[in-house]
Amino acid sequence: MTLTRGTVEIDTERCKGCELCIAACRPGVLVMSEETNHQGYRFPLLEPGCTACRACRDVCPDYCFEVFRFDQAMEV
Amino acid sequence: MTEVAQKKVASALAPLQLSGEHHLCPGCGHPVAWRILLEAISELGLEQRAIGVVGHGCYTNIVQLADIDFLQCLHGRAPAVATGVKRVHPDAAVFTLQGDGDVASEGLAEVLHTAARAERITTIMLNNGVFGDTGGQMTAASVVGQRTKTSLDGRDAETHGHPVPVAELVAALAGSAYVARGSVNNAGSIAKSKRYLKRALELSAAGAGFTFVEILTMCPTGWFLPTAEGPGYLEGTFEQTYPLGVLKDGPR
Repeated sequence: MTLTRGTVEIDTERCKGCELCIAACRPGVLVMSEETNHQGYRFPLLEPGCTACRACRDVCPDYCFEVFRFDQAMEV
Repeated sequence: MTEVAQKKVASALAPLQLSGEHHLCPGCGHPVAWRILLEAISELGLEQRAIGVVGHGCYTNIVQLADIDFLQCLHGRAPAVATGVKRVHPDAAVFTLQGDGDVASEGLAEVLHTAARAERITTIMLNNGVFGDTGGQMTAASVVGQRTKTSLDGRDAETHGHPVPVAELVAALAGSAYVARGSVNNAGSIAKSKRYLKRALELSAAGAGFTFVEILTMCPTGWFLPTAEGPGYLEGTFEQTYPLGVLKDGPR
């Protein structure tokens, strides 16, 4: 069980697989996929524990992230 | 999993941004700089007054996805063209968006004279140390030791000369009102760079004089690096040659 305060919607088809979000994610809950999108790039997937800090969205050069904050933190 | 109420705290696209599609390489820093520029213009309420003048480079692609008027001119000549735009439209918030190849190599005279004349415009220089759009050649702003297509063994000061610190040159001129240097290699630096852009655009639009913001951006393709190593390389090399921060705030 991990405390989760928010979530992100990821446009995986627009992603070019640069992995900048992986290093930027402070709680470390983004991991790269094994499969690839239609462009042939691996893309990030969200694991529980997002804090909705927006760092992934701020560093993403391909505008892939929308960030949502939960009204109440929850255990996932 | 039960449904929880949630609210959106950040959109993928900036205000004034029409599309998220662009042809820039993976790991490029330019699209991040576009976003904070559009956010700054929007937050200052300059949407209807903003006129951008772009030089030649990868960043020129902003004209296809931003809902602002743009004008493209000869390589390096954006500050001169922006001078004309501002004098014809004194109420417009005029800015130029250029790269380091555009400012430091092709158009160093234009930016320095525009600063010396205290033209009420903002120049934004995206510095990645390569002519990315033309294939990755070395520019006058490439740092010593940097590998590019035309300096495969690294820039050597003996042979290729030393990098030109444009922000410091502009700051030394009495006509410049605000000079700052930021970067986009992590979330904190991105937030700071956005503050620099807001201040610069606000001051030039208010008639305080020439304002200049340099933003260090990653170019993993031009640096021959894996994309994930771009931010670290920028910090270890570019930030050592080009210290970040506000160089000048307020006329001399």
